[in-house]
Amino acid sequence: MDNTIIYLAYLVASCLFILGIKGLTKPRTAVRGNQLSALGMLIAVVVTLLDHSIISYQWIIAGIIVGGAIGAFMAKKIQVTAMPQMVALLNGFGGGASLFIAIANFLDPASATHTVALISIGATVLIGSVTLSGSFIAFAKLQELISGNPIRVPGNKVINLVLLVAAIALSGAIVVDPTQIDLIYALAAVSLLLGIFLVIPIGGADMPVVIALLNSYSGIAAATTGFITGNTVLIVAGALVGASGIILTQIMCKAMNRSLFNVLFGVMGEGGVVADADEVYAGKVKSTSPEEVAMLLETAERVVIVPGYGLAMAQAQHAVRDLANELQRRGTDVKYAIHPVAGRMPGHMNVLLAEAEVPYEQLIEMDEINPQFEQTDVAIVIGANDVTNPLAREDKTSPIYGMPILNVDKARTVIVIKRSLSPGFAGIPNPLFANDNTLMLFGDGKKEIVELTKDLKEAD
Amino acid sequence: MELLLLLTLFVVAVFLGVELITKVPPTLHTPLMSGSNAISGISLVGAILSAGSDAGYWVNILGFIAVVLATINVVGGYMVTNRMLSMFKRK
Repeated sequence: MDNTIIYLAYLVASCLFILGIKGLTKPRTAVRGNQLSALGMLIAVVVTLLDHSIISYQWIIAGIIVGGAIGAFMAKKIQVTAMPQMVALLNGFGGGASLFIAIANFLDPASATHTVALISIGATVLIGSVTLSGSFIAFAKLQELISGNPIRVPGNKVINLVLLVAAIALSGAIVVDPTQIDLIYALAAVSLLLGIFLVIPIGGADMPVVIALLNSYSGIAAATTGFITGNTVLIVAGALVGASGIILTQIMCKAMNRSLFNVLFGVMGEGGVVADADEVYAGKVKSTSPEEVAMLLETAERVVIVPGYGLAMAQAQHAVRDLANELQRRGTDVKYAIHPVAGRMPGHMNVLLAEAEVPYEQLIEMDEINPQFEQTDVAIVIGANDVTNPLAREDKTSPIYGMPILNVDKARTVIVIKRSLSPGFAGIPNPLFANDNTLMLFGDGKKEIVELTKDLKEAD
Repeated sequence: MELLLLLTLFVVAVFLGVELITKVPPTLHTPLMSGSNAISGISLVGAILSAGSDAGYWVNILGFIAVVLATINVVGGYMVTNRMLSMFKRK
């Protein structure tokens, strides 16, 4: 097919991607936006199949069948609680695709001809490899194949720096002497190692930042792939995804009051005078029962539910929705307070609650809900910890000082549903649990809520 | 000159992306990530060209692997995004 037509079709596809993302700015138009974006993809793929440089189709068809089957299977089977793992894997596959295309182009004497192509190949192999191995480590942590806690490797920063310098040197060497085929494999190996060492020290609670960042890398890798052969749709689409990931990374860092550097190198806030847990909790923690909480809720007019990662762990989203339904039936006002980094990826809690058919109007963002806690009768915290810790607001010596939190302690009564008093990711005790107006409901989130709802129903 | 045009395209697209994405509400951040994942599967276009080229066996094999990975991204990404978004829609 004529190149002009191909590039015009790519232009149409690029516009559809932009309209698709624009659709995602409102829940009402989001489904349509996603379909427009998919249509753009279809157009780009179909015109590419008509490119006259393609001489055989067997590998293409086989690849599309295998990839399509795996992709469809994953999309159908994945549980909503496991969405962070799914996105981590997809990021990795995106980076991997760019990596293999770059190596293929390097081996193809027709495309690795000029300096720009060679620089782009080096950049793509580097970014693609880091995205691939980094995403798989993130996946393994989220799936708990390896520990979700930060894994400290001695000299990690030095190793990262050495690997990065080596990768850049190898990228340069490829441009100088493209006949040395082995150099590209060395570059890929070094970059894959770099990806592993970049993600391994990062703990589970920082995963929203890592996933957003790797999302951005997968886009940038696609864009640099576009520079190899001057493919416009790759450049536009890759740039859009790269920008998206960077914006989400920024939002997540801001919500944790940490710089990207601190997250990447596993640094928790400075100062870091960690209070002794016994001192904070001793004799002050009041434990309660589902029955007692049900009695409290009977007379409550305004209830705010604060979900955290523990909600996803306990798969308690449907139980929570049932409780909220029962409360609403009794005329109680129910809202959900969503902290931007609650869960393991941006928007994790929203998707989880949407699955349980909680209307999104009831999900209130932090800045909007915080002034309302003072008028709240009962705040129910389920599996959230650090994002409710008042030390972030009050104690300048605390490692989490300055992190924006949900002011649940301002509510008249706070119910915390949690297995134990164990600390959250920040590793510090939470004085909220010892407050006069706090009652601890120890146990599995789902079980306790089911119990609680039952007691509330029987109260009539 | 061609490089400058491509660079221009890239930078303008980044700015456009930033403008658009800052308007996406936090509620839709997860679908945004999976949806943009699907878009980054656009590398399928490059993968197809390698898998079907006349540059020899190895280029075709590498292209094939890239086609598989990119297609997982495209199909898996769009389908899972659609699944999530329809949960937001129903009432």
